[in-house]
Amino acid sequence: MVDIAVVDYGMGNLRSVQQAVRKVAPGANVIVTGEPDVIASAARVVFPGQGAAPDCMREIRARHLDRVIAGVVGEGKPFLGICMGLQVLFEHSDEGDTACLGMFQGPVKRFASGLHDAQGNKLKVPHMGWNQVHHGDHPLWAGIPQDARFYFVHSYHVQPSDAGLVQATSDYPQPFVCAVARDNLFAVQFHPEKSAAAGLQLLQNFVNWNPL
Amino acid sequence: MLAKRIIPCLDVTAGRVVKGVSFVELRDAGDPVEIAKRYDDQGADELTFLDITASSDDRGIIFRIIEQVAEQVFIPLTVGGGVREVGDVRNLLNAGADKVSINTSAVTNPQLVADASARYGSQCIVVAIDAKQVAAGKWEVFTHGGRKATGLDAVEWAKKMQTLGAGEILLTSMDQDGQKKGFDLALTRAVTDALEIPVIASGGVGNLQHLADGVKIGGADAVLAASIFHFGEYTVQQAKQYMAKQGIEVRL
Repeated sequence: MVDIAVVDYGMGNLRSVQQAVRKVAPGANVIVTGEPDVIASAARVVFPGQGAAPDCMREIRARHLDRVIAGVVGEGKPFLGICMGLQVLFEHSDEGDTACLGMFQGPVKRFASGLHDAQGNKLKVPHMGWNQVHHGDHPLWAGIPQDARFYFVHSYHVQPSDAGLVQATSDYPQPFVCAVARDNLFAVQFHPEKSAAAGLQLLQNFVNWNPL
Repeated sequence: MLAKRIIPCLDVTAGRVVKGVSFVELRDAGDPVEIAKRYDDQGADELTFLDITASSDDRGIIFRIIEQVAEQVFIPLTVGGGVREVGDVRNLLNAGADKVSINTSAVTNPQLVADASARYGSQCIVVAIDAKQVAAGKWEVFTHGGRKATGLDAVEWAKKMQTLGAGEILLTSMDQDGQKKGFDLALTRAVTDALEIPVIASGGVGNLQHLADGVKIGGADAVLAASIFHFGEYTVQQAKQYMAKQGIEVRL
């Protein structure tokens, strides 16, 4: 019995995700897997991802994970997307002009270059480091202070067509969406597995979450 | 607002954290896993481990250390030292590193930076540059732990590394390293102004004002220090409080 599957499609370091989930769910069977059958059998699914959108989508399709993901989400199982695992849920990414999974409507856009902060320093892309998250009242935010800092590293951000899906924003320097949710689906741009206490709390909330 | 990062650096050899002056005269600072946990408790934003082991026989030690740290510390971990091929990057990521720092091999084989970032993403490829001032407003890249001149201009080299796919630059002033007189602020400013990607200032921190200056004058996105934290002069939390009082955005 697989309690929590961390989806492996060859993109990024999944050990961190697995270790952080194990930390908050010590009794659970947490496995990293790219096997469609195993993912489909899991009670909960974590969908991480790093790297470039074209590579991620190519790997997802080559491994037939697009159908598996749609199936898991359709069955109402708790599903957590992280970083690229948020972006590929949208329709299209400007990164490499890539068609994505289309589970959320809207594009994925790059941060503008040449912007400056209040002190006149250049705002670097990728947006890398700890930024404040302004969140709503979704159960996955339970116990997490407003404006808590999470660790980000990304150059692109999602722009949902439906503002009602937005569960959190951050600022760089303009507000951008860093969490969306619908039913049993929750996805974040930052890395909860690398965000110290706030990140572990969010993962703990996911492990305890019963969306339906 | 995005916080400026404070990154304690752990130079590791033979399973111990050590610290030298201008890349020589090593002094023992303790057990890497214990030190990593202490800095995490103090609110470090990331940790950087540099494997300065000269002998390839001991390379396995750093993997075991990273595995142990990654089980207990949930902040980003960067590991560098002796990275020569894409397989080394993969092995370090699998051990629990989030980013891999490439120094000498970026010079001897720039394609490694391109290949590694294409395979694993720019976000996990840090290029470390050791630079030494050679004239006013001019710095040269050195490799092999600072022993070998390359003839490369540090600012131009940093730009080339950005183009090849580096996600971040770890910039160490060899002139300042271990001297406790502060960062080379002109070098830091020259590199950060030339780049779109984040720059970590390194080399020379002796007090908390040096950290603040690295951000305010040098324009660094992150500041790295070793000895002021290792030998108990300051905690990471004290450094953050100090910087916050000067209006620098930090994660408290």
